[in-house]
This record gives sequence, C-alpha cells and structure tokens, in this order.
Amino acid sequence: MHTGVLLGTLLLLMVIGYFMGRSRATAVAHAGGTRLHSITGYYGFYVALWCGLPALAIVAVWSIAQPWIADWALMSSLPAQAEALAPEKLVFLVNDLKAYATGLKPADQIPAEMLPAVERYQSVQQIAGVALWVVVGAAAIAGLAYARRHISPQLRARNQVERVANLIMVAASGIAILVTFGIVLSLLFEAIRFFGKVPITEFLFGLQWSPQTALREDQVGSTGAFGAIPLFAGTLLITFIAMCVAVPIGLLSAIYLSEYAGPKLRAFAKPALEVLAGVPTVVYGFFAALTIAPWIRNTGESIGLEVSSESGLAAGLVMGMMIIPFVSSLSDDVINAVPQSLRDGAYGLGATKSETIKQVIIPAALPGIVGGVLLAVSRAIGETMIVVMAAGLAANLTANPLEAVTTVTVQIVTLLVGDQEFDSAKTLAAFALGLTLFVVTLSLNLVALHVVRKYREKYD
Amino acid sequence: MTDAILPRTEAGADSTAKRLARRHAAERRFQIYGRLAILTAVLMLGTLLGSIVLQGTPAFFQSEMRLEVDFAPDVIDPKGALDPADLRRADYQLLITKALYAQFPDVTGRKDKRALKQLASSDAGFTLRKMVLADPSLVGTTQSVWVKTNDDADQYIKHGDRNAKVEEGGRLSPAQVDWLKALEAKGDIEERFNTTFFTAGDSREPEQAGILGALVGSALTLIVTLAISFPLAVMAAVYLEEFAPKNKWTDMIEVNINNLAAVPSIVFGLLGLAVFLNVFGMPRSAPVVGGLVLALMTLPTIIIAARAALKSVPPSIRQAALGMGASPLQVVLHHVLPLAMPGILTGTIIGMAQALGETAPLIMIGMVAFIADVPGGFTDPATVLPVQIFIWADAPERAFLAKTSAAIMVLVAFLIVMNALAVVLRKRFERRW
Repeated sequence: MHTGVLLGTLLLLMVIGYFMGRSRATAVAHAGGTRLHSITGYYGFYVALWCGLPALAIVAVWSIAQPWIADWALMSSLPAQAEALAPEKLVFLVNDLKAYATGLKPADQIPAEMLPAVERYQSVQQIAGVALWVVVGAAAIAGLAYARRHISPQLRARNQVERVANLIMVAASGIAILVTFGIVLSLLFEAIRFFGKVPITEFLFGLQWSPQTALREDQVGSTGAFGAIPLFAGTLLITFIAMCVAVPIGLLSAIYLSEYAGPKLRAFAKPALEVLAGVPTVVYGFFAALTIAPWIRNTGESIGLEVSSESGLAAGLVMGMMIIPFVSSLSDDVINAVPQSLRDGAYGLGATKSETIKQVIIPAALPGIVGGVLLAVSRAIGETMIVVMAAGLAANLTANPLEAVTTVTVQIVTLLVGDQEFDSAKTLAAFALGLTLFVVTLSLNLVALHVVRKYREKYD
Repeated sequence: MTDAILPRTEAGADSTAKRLARRHAAERRFQIYGRLAILTAVLMLGTLLGSIVLQGTPAFFQSEMRLEVDFAPDVIDPKGALDPADLRRADYQLLITKALYAQFPDVTGRKDKRALKQLASSDAGFTLRKMVLADPSLVGTTQSVWVKTNDDADQYIKHGDRNAKVEEGGRLSPAQVDWLKALEAKGDIEERFNTTFFTAGDSREPEQAGILGALVGSALTLIVTLAISFPLAVMAAVYLEEFAPKNKWTDMIEVNINNLAAVPSIVFGLLGLAVFLNVFGMPRSAPVVGGLVLALMTLPTIIIAARAALKSVPPSIRQAALGMGASPLQVVLHHVLPLAMPGILTGTIIGMAQALGETAPLIMIGMVAFIADVPGGFTDPATVLPVQIFIWADAPERAFLAKTSAAIMVLVAFLIVMNALAVVLRKRFERRW
C-alpha cells in the first residue's frame, strides 16, 4: 500500500510536469517569436518522462535492495549465540524476529537478547521508508526542473519522446522472451536440484511412484520411489481415451458443418461448439467426478465389471468432450483452406460428395489435421483440473481404463498443495515433472506448428 | 485405349446401377455419421449444462422455519441497560433453542432435545442478533421469526420425497423427520431465496457458505491481470506489427509468443510459485500474485488478437496519415490504434474470460486455502470462483454438491456475459474495408 501511495504521488507529479512543460513551451515560443520544433504536447510529455522515469528506476532498485539491507542489519546485530546456530535454525529465528518487527506477533514477547536486532531491523526499515520518499521526491522534482529549463524552440521534443516510447514498446515485447526464460530457468533450476537427490534415469525409467518422504530416519518405506513411468502411462492412457472421443466427433462435425450443413444448422451448432470450448475446466472436472464417473461405475457394475470410482475412462471421456471444439475448429480451418478447384475437379469426374471428402479433401487437408490433432494431444497432456478432480492418486501401471490411474499434472498439484518445505525431494519432484511436461508439450507444439505451416505454403 | 470402353450391355448397366446404389448408400451413411457427431457434441453440452442447472437450482433456495421467539431479557440483556456491547455478545442461539423446545413441549429426553436443537442452523442466532441490534425495543417481546434450518434438514425438505435414501431420514433421525413434518404441516416451513449465498464468504456449514468472498477475489485478481496484461500486450503488438524490423530478434519474440500461448496453464503456476513466491517473497494466496500469473498467461492471447486487429487496418490509412506529415508513432496512436481498438478489446475480453475460468495455476500459488473472510485488498488472502468450486466439489456434505453447481452457474453466467459482450463489440464495430 505504501508503494502504491508513492507511485500515485509520482503519477500526479508527472501530470503536473506535463502541464508545466506545455505551458513553458508556449511561453518560450511567444517570447522568442519563433515556431516550436514539435507540438506543445510533446514538450509536456518530455518533462513528464524526465520527472517519472529516473524516479521509477530508483523505486525499482530500492525495492530490491531494501530487504537485503534490512536483513543484513538484522543479522549483524544478532547476539553471538544466535550466530552459532545451524543455518536452517537461523532462518527460523530470522523469520520469527521479522514477525515480531512487523507486528505479526505481539512485541512484548520478544526475548530480551533479541531486542536490539529487532529494533535495529525496525529502525532500518523505517529510515529506508522515509529515505525512499525523500530520494524519489527529490529525483522527480530535479528531473522536472531540469527538463523544464531545457525547453527551447529548437529542442526536438517529439523525436526524444518517440525514442523513449519505442524503447518501452521493445521492452514490452521482450516480456514474452523473459517469461519463457523464467519458466525454463525456474523449472530447470529446481529440477536439477531434484536430480541431485534422485538420479535422472530412475526418474525417467523407474516403475515405482510413491513420493513419501520419511518423518523419521528408521521409518519403514522411508525412501520414496520416484519412477515416473506409471505417471507417463496414466497420462498417455487418459490422453488416448480423450483422443478417441475428440478426433472422430470433432473431425466429423467439422466436415459436416463445412460441407453439408445448411446455414440454419450451422448457426446453431457452431455457437454450441464454442460454448463447449468456453466452459472452464473445473466445471468439466466437477461433471466428470460427480456425474460421469458414478454413471460409468453403475453401468459397469450392472454388467458385472469391476470399475474404480476414479477410473481413467471417466476423466478421458470428459477430457475428450472438452477437446472436441478444439479439434473441430482447427480442422474447420484447414478444410476451408482446401481450394474449391480441387472439389470442383472431383465433382467433375462424377464423385459423390462423400467420395470427394474422403478421397480428395481429407488427403489434401491431412497435414493440417495431423497438426491440429498434435496440438490437441499437447492440450490433453497439460490439462489439469479434469484429472485432478476425476482421476485417482494411486500410481497404477495399467492399461485398463476402468482402473484408477494418475497423471503428471495430478501429481504436480498433489505434491505442491499444502505445507511444503522447499528442499524435500517431494516438492522438487513436482518441478521435475513440470519440466517434463513443458518439454513434451513444447516439442508437440513445435512439430504441430511446423507441419501446419509447411502445409499452408502449398496453397497460399 | 478405345478398347477399354466396355459395350453397354444389359449386365453392365445392371452392375453400374448396383454400384451407384452402393455409392449413394455410402454417401447417406457418411452424412449420418456427420449428423451423429454433431448430435453427440450437442447432447454432451446439453447433459453438462442440464445436470449442473438441475443440481444447482436448489442451492439458490434455503428452507427456513417460522419460530415464535421470545426475546427474553434475562438471556440477551440481563443488566436491562440495552447496552449495544451487551446485546452484541448475548447468546441468541439459546433463544432459538428455547423457541424450538416451546414448539415441541412433549420433547423431554436430553438426547431428543439435542436432536431438536440441531434442526435450526447454527447461524440462526445471528439473524436474531441483527434484528435486536437494529431495533433494541424487540427485547422482551415475542416475535415470529423465519430462521434457516440446518443443511441436513434443508436437504430433507428439498429432496425428501424424491430420494429413497433421504426418505428414511438420511442423516436425520426418525424423530427429527417427524418434527419437520409437524412444522411443515403447520405451514411453518418454507423455501425462500437464499441471499446468504450471495452475501457471505466461505464456511464449513453449507447453509452459511456463500460466494461473495470468491467473487471479490476473482474481481481483484482480474483487475490486476487486466492492468498488467492489457497495456503490455497492446505495446508489444503495436511494436511487432508496426515498427519491428524483420530480424532474428523479432522472429524469436514471435516464436516465443506462439509457444507461450500453448504452454499448459499449470506450468505458469509453477513459474509463479518458484519466482514470485520463493524468489521475490510475495505473499501466498494473494490476488496480486494470482493476477500476475494470469497476466503472463493471457498475455500471448491478447497479443495475438491485437496483432490480428492491427493487421486488418488497411495500409491506405497509414499512407494517408504519413502523407499528411504525421510521424510513425502519430500514425499508430492517432489512426491505426483507434481503428483497431474494437478488435483488441474483443480479444482482451476473451482473454479475461479465460483468466476468470482458470484454476490450476492459482492452486499452485496457494489460493486454494479455506478463507472465510471477504478479501479487502490485493494482498489479502483470497480465493477465486473456480477454485471455490474446486474446494466445494471436494466437500463431503451433500448440500455442498448443490452449492458447487450453483457457483458453477454463477461462473458460467459471468463467462456468457463476457463472451456476449465480445460478440456485440465485434458486431457493432466490425468494419469491412
């Protein structure tokens, strides 16, 4: 909130700067009797930018540096016996003291020997808070005054403002790269720490998944098993079921809608498919867990089959349902991209509509359709909520869709929900799974985009 | 190849006719497959929405019972001073209990009395407290008050004759069922619109649980998402579409944006957990972190939509402006961007609708905690509507099943409004050049 007020004040100063710059520019032009280089507004922006940008940079640096300095102040005034503590206990102590200092814990319970450290921490924080206001205020006003004095009819305000605007836009488009790097680095960093505890070969090829960590050293089964093959198998099983539902239905409905359907049916069915695409995944998850799974179980039991209440079938069916609109809209695009001349040629040879579709259009559109299906597969692999709610937690290595299976995403969620320490193999395993997921979906997407693009070049 | 042409014999014509019939049959079959596919998809949608509306509608209503409550001064105001502080602290639930005992004077056993007491919601006392605080002159009078029943009784009243298992009482004892029937026969039980559902935060008791906390959390999160992703996306799209030179750097940005759009949402959650929470030390469960994560997630969607919108503005507009002496930035800001704005806004609304329905990344950053209070700011612990649905779907009480479906109905209603807005915007401002 404190920074919010600061930023608000800064914004106000920038607005003031804008108007000051504008009126100053007019005055300068009048006094000199010459024409300005740029429109007056640009002089306003020029002053506002000089006022705001340096001050903002200071705020950014400050907000990174201040916690470091405050921590250093706290650590340096800890009593001697605290310094002898083990590192992890020291972290506890420091967090505790910070809680006292910020008023999260009542201040009258501070142990006497810790009091100087807490007070030092508080005073550093307080001084830093005040100093930030002073420094930022001074920088803003100095920038404002400097820019205002600088205004002259010859000043190329527009060029300078536009250069800054251009830089800001470049930075904004660089965010995408930054995010990708952030994802890769954070996943890679934690995953490497995980592979330091569990060998990568065991993770990729092990057949046992039971990510418990021991509470006591001598506990039975204390060493967790981190073989991810059952998770991969479960993910593939559910994805396969989903594709068995989504590909035929999605493809056939796309073909029917683009080749056969009249405008009335299209006006009704297209929005219906779009609604199916817009339903949040948590809703599908709820539907799978509370409507489809019990239904499958009852049906299965009535014909004498043993069905788990968290069967992979239920999750797969509903996931397929979710992916139908995805498949159909992608295939719709590629089918429409097939040139009319191919159809006309087939009709001219006397082919029926379905023969044209089966023997001309689908072969011509096949690369696009394959690309679309690959994208759909990557979507199914990364889908989380449906499987979290409807698939099981037990890592069974099975190909039977009626049994409970678990998936990569389910395990990520289970491992990371609730209390966590950031060093245990259990938490780090989630990041290793995340990395695997990221790499697999990324490769699928790249392949799919490549296939689609290569095909498009043919008819454009 | 003239000898390849067969003479038209009777037998040949016959086989041609046969083959034609076969081909037409195949044509009809293929059409039927297509129709079946669409029918299946529509049926699935119908089942999904139908089952949720069917399960969810009861949650918008709550059974209440009429009790003759004696606002006895010795319970709520023993000092007789009508001091608001005393009135606030008093045990109003006791009044409810007494009123129930008075309603059924023949209930005497201790066990029976406790069972009787349970029929009223443990929230019922608050209703009385609100009444007394609003009008202290009620103390000492007897009023007939409608109070909520507890969730088991509520379930019985709503589904009693439909579900055989509940017919036997479900979680209610036979005596409790008799009491409810007696109340019902006197017309002292009614189903009323459940305002608590829209005015309360989460609760462990189904009859007291509402979605306001989740709604406010969703609103706060979306505000952060919009404030971050919209300006960034527009700037990035303008740069890439209007200014960027064709080189490796911009190619790389483009590939990155396309790939980010297809990264599973849970990976963004992992990013938020590892970077925002663990490296930057931001608070867990806070809308500001949720908003940040969702902003990164929706960024590619909005950039792609904004670029398409910018691309659809014809070059003649740009050339005309340039010819009038506008600088490249002026061309974009004064002419191209305003003309592309409807398209950009449509894309933004669709991105926001996606963000509103997103669950998995928010679970990763701890927005899945049980939070009873309505969040008051961007750093307060909060949850969002889809996560609330996820939490309730796991709850063991039967009544939460209906609550979950009702919350889904609210969520879907919001999504429909947002998407309809996008469609209207597109229809109204779409321009064909």
